Amino acid sequence: MPTDITPVLHATGISKFFPGVIALDDVELTLYPGEVHGLLGENGAGKSTLIKCLTGAYARDGGKIELDGVEISPRDPLSSQEAGIGTVYQEVNLLPNLSVAENLFLGRQPRRFGMIDQRRMVRDARTILSEYGLDIDPARLLSSYSIAVQQIVAIARAVELSGKVLILDEPTASLDRDEVQLMFSVIRRLTGRGLAVVFITHFLDQVQAICDRATILRNGCVVGTLKLAEASRTEIVTMMLGRQLEEVTSRADRGVPGDVLLSLEEFGRRGSIEPFSMEIREGEVVGLAGLLGSGRSETCNAVFGADPADRGEARLRGDPLRLSNPRAAIRHRFALCPEDRKTDGIVGDLSVRENIILSLQARQGWFRPLPRARIEEIAEHYVQALDIRLASLDTPIRLLSGGNQQKALLARWLATDPAFLILDEPTRGIDVGAHAEIIALIERLRADGMALLVASSEMEELVAYSTRVIVLRDRKQVGELRGDEISPAAIVRAIAAEEEEVA
Amino acid sequence: MIRATLRRVAPQIFILGLVLLLNFLLSPGFFKVEMHQGRLFGNLIDVLNRGAPVALLSIGMTLVIATRGIDLSVGAVMAIAGAVAASVVTEGSHWLVAVFAALGAGALCGLWNGVLVAIFRIQPIVATLVLMVAGRGIAQLLTHGAILTFNDPGLVRLGGGTIFSVPTPIWLWIALALIVGIVVRRSALGLLIEATGINERSARLAGINARVLLVAVYLVAGLCAAIAGIVVAGDIRGADANNAGLWMELDAILAVVIGGNSLLGGRFSITASLLGALIIQSVNSAILLSGMPVEFNLVIKALIIIAILVIQSPRIKHSLYLLRASSGTQPPVERPSAPRRRSAGTERITEEGRT
Amino acid sequence: MRHSTKLPLYITIATFLLAYALCIAQFPSMLSTRVVANLLTDNAFLGITAVGMTFVILSGGIDLSVGSVIAFTGVFLAVVLRDTSIHPLVAFVLALGITTLFGAVMGAIIHYLEMPPFIVTLAGMFLMRGLAYVLSTESVPIDHEFYDWLQSLYWKAPGGGRFRLIAGIMLLVFLGAMIVLHRTRFGRNVYALGGSAQTAQLMGVSCARSTIMIYAVSGGLAGLAGIVFSLYTSAGYSLAAVGTELDAIAAVVIGGTLLTGGSGFVAGTFFGIMIMGLIQTYIVFDGTLSSWWTKIVIGILLFTFIMLQKGLAWVTTGRIPRASASAAQS
Repeated sequence: MPTDITPVLHATGISKFFPGVIALDDVELTLYPGEVHGLLGENGAGKSTLIKCLTGAYARDGGKIELDGVEISPRDPLSSQEAGIGTVYQEVNLLPNLSVAENLFLGRQPRRFGMIDQRRMVRDARTILSEYGLDIDPARLLSSYSIAVQQIVAIARAVELSGKVLILDEPTASLDRDEVQLMFSVIRRLTGRGLAVVFITHFLDQVQAICDRATILRNGCVVGTLKLAEASRTEIVTMMLGRQLEEVTSRADRGVPGDVLLSLEEFGRRGSIEPFSMEIREGEVVGLAGLLGSGRSETCNAVFGADPADRGEARLRGDPLRLSNPRAAIRHRFALCPEDRKTDGIVGDLSVRENIILSLQARQGWFRPLPRARIEEIAEHYVQALDIRLASLDTPIRLLSGGNQQKALLARWLATDPAFLILDEPTRGIDVGAHAEIIALIERLRADGMALLVASSEMEELVAYSTRVIVLRDRKQVGELRGDEISPAAIVRAIAAEEEEVA
Repeated sequence: MIRATLRRVAPQIFILGLVLLLNFLLSPGFFKVEMHQGRLFGNLIDVLNRGAPVALLSIGMTLVIATRGIDLSVGAVMAIAGAVAASVVTEGSHWLVAVFAALGAGALCGLWNGVLVAIFRIQPIVATLVLMVAGRGIAQLLTHGAILTFNDPGLVRLGGGTIFSVPTPIWLWIALALIVGIVVRRSALGLLIEATGINERSARLAGINARVLLVAVYLVAGLCAAIAGIVVAGDIRGADANNAGLWMELDAILAVVIGGNSLLGGRFSITASLLGALIIQSVNSAILLSGMPVEFNLVIKALIIIAILVIQSPRIKHSLYLLRASSGTQPPVERPSAPRRRSAGTERITEEGRT
Repeated sequence: MRHSTKLPLYITIATFLLAYALCIAQFPSMLSTRVVANLLTDNAFLGITAVGMTFVILSGGIDLSVGSVIAFTGVFLAVVLRDTSIHPLVAFVLALGITTLFGAVMGAIIHYLEMPPFIVTLAGMFLMRGLAYVLSTESVPIDHEFYDWLQSLYWKAPGGGRFRLIAGIMLLVFLGAMIVLHRTRFGRNVYALGGSAQTAQLMGVSCARSTIMIYAVSGGLAGLAGIVFSLYTSAGYSLAAVGTELDAIAAVVIGGTLLTGGSGFVAGTFFGIMIMGLIQTYIVFDGTLSSWWTKIVIGILLFTFIMLQKGLAWVTTGRIPRASASAAQS
């Protein structure tokens, strides 16, 4: 990217303070027309805060934003959009109950004699969407299309309204591989038209695939801006983390698994997960690998009875067992840390203390409340054991950071003394420190003889703790790796192998 | 525990004190309680006695609202319960049988609402609307459209009699509040109800039997409504299917809201709701005592309620919070109407808050 | 998927036609313009109210104050016409102004104070009923030649049915509402708000303006319903129209609009009203059934339609994964 081109957006000295905290400290961001600019950093590095300052969702405490050389000061996302900065979030911010065309034109519908000209609106929408490679019927409801399509409609709307800078905040987080490619082709079309795109994601391979340059944030400061063509992955990760992370994780000795705890036979749920058979032993970590939508979470939920299986049978230490709802599973000392902490895990307004004892209390029953002293003891114990950082046990759990919320959820389940612990994406969206601690905890629990089923999208992580890895594809089990076979490359091969067969 | 409760209900106590003071200013004899023919008389007693139906309803309503629900049918259930009690007793059965029949009817209504909400997953406001519309028709069906009068001393005593000189309805609502309060707070129910109200999915996945809990909560609301219906019927010595409990569901919801309980569910306080019910009744009393034309009652009541609600509105609270924050204390990190995205900023605050 | 949002509407229409056919089968005399005309006339004020309620419910809110607003308007008109020499038309404008403003203020409170519509309109319900009492506790007859003239306006259809002015007003209101809801930006904003107020705001919809306008429309239409009601009864009474809000909500729900907002049609509301009117007409024709059966049957209908929508929603969500898969491939 030649530097003599004038930047479309130039933000300098951006600072943002929260009481007692410097969230952004003198951050600089330069965007050139036609580039895809990655914004990288751990959780809490300040990416979202920066975006919010740029779009006016937060009032910045210092700094200057220039768009096309003109200083702007957006008061809210709407005014920044008018100025030329559009934003698309992971959760599609459109209205599912309106048609695609209406979502594109809401607030600026074409009118004839003061009335909305439906026909023209649909026609225009079709034209716009075809520029994005979408051939869909814009008169249909938005909710009748997949998230990827909705995402692209959101992009189209943002570009139509703003047209200079497009900020994509984790747009690919809930897309599968083909959909990511679709998204990338849309991004390339846009940069071809001279738009500057800011791309935020946790997936480094996606950064390397699509971004021209990247700005890396750590603790609210810019660590550096690099051209990705010249940077190695290790370099990026090192900058993000501030320390060297070993690329190849060493695999500790796995010991010998104990007796079979749970065996599933032809276990499945229509429309959710194809029937599968599985055995899980005490002192064993079974990893579930696969792409998004391959059935990882579905497997976890079926085993826990959250979305109960409708066929097959389960045996616990040889005895038949019905897993028809979470309570049945919990009675047999199962536990599940769900993928979506916000909606399925934490009870936001309750205190950390109450969140920790919730499952134990639920299992005890309505009329056998835990004594106050015991509650205090349990909560204190786990806060220390898992190093949960909080101001007080009375703090509502929603105020904790992602990593600490996750640890509190783990505490909730460990307090029930589970024999079988299911973890669905235990490290998603949490900072690196807590990440390592959770991996160490998994290792420790396994060594203590617990059986664990861990679903994760991070290969390295699976390699680090799994005794066995089960590979899923298209809601089916397609392979299993054991012992020394387990490596990121082998997992990827197992996932891809099936794909090639299909193709 | 008690201190926490006191802190929680302080605003309601303050408002109640204010309204009672207003009553006193309007009528200096307001706090005077007299014994007359073995029965306590006085304006204050009247407030406690007249407020009984709404107080009774507000107990169940608090629990329902804590689960993020609402029960619009309680007024109609009162009419049904009154009609059942009256028709059983006029057929010559013992008044206790009538009471149990009425309670059974209330429980059945609650169960119906609970099943619609918990099993069929219908929005509570819609689910209970069904019974609100149809309930009064059912009650009229039972009384054949007439006011079914009775003179059974047992039943009359529940609404108009006294126990130890104190009107029975007062005993009833205090006793029910104590029972429900103790059951809920001494068991784990309170916590589980709050958890279900805040995030039902999480609660279910944490092993809480949210369905049964929801059904139970509507059942309790139905029972409370049945008791209120018996009290009202006993008081007028008859079941008036048209007017018994008319619009009382709205007063009960208002009592819960004035009690500072969020309509979005979660943390609840039965004590605060009862104070809310007493506030409403005291307002009624003040309007009566002021000697203003009766026509102004509703207008003034509406204005006072609007004032109370405005003071308690989240927006005003938030502004007050910010006002205090600017003088040094920390502002609320996230508004209750939580934006869906977690901000990096809030994470850092809490991390930092510890160090 | 477009069909599935209209399906509840079609079902409502089908229910009405079926119910009417059954009525005719039992009482052939119900097939007359007279019955149809009465159906429209008797339910004119409720229909107009229900249109306002449809706006509010589509936006995800609720308005409990409409019944009181009708009563207030009636009493206001009666008192003004009794005590002053103002022409009824001027009084109409005044009444509409007051009620529209009243609705707008409620909308403003709901938006700016972030209070639940349920509670705000509940307070509004008390306030309006109270103001009606203050004006007069007794029923005040309206005796004005302009009123007589308005009441004498009708179109006599073949078969003897008299389609009166107020029925025409109701039909016009429905027609106007359809155009506003589907062909104006404000109308689409109503749906947007019902989908998600937060998202609508992010997409540039002014929630403040829309919310205030929506409740103003509801208040104003309730005022118009009050005028129509006073034409219908020739009196203003502060205890009139108690519970109309419930009937209006019921009509909207039976008409296929989701109480959660964002989905539904004002045409559905019309048929909802007609179904409810039909039940009453049937009970009148039957002669042996008591009036409380109306409530019970409406309750049952409500229940049926709620369950039906639940079932439809269930079927639709079950279909989305397949729909999205095909969309992803295209």
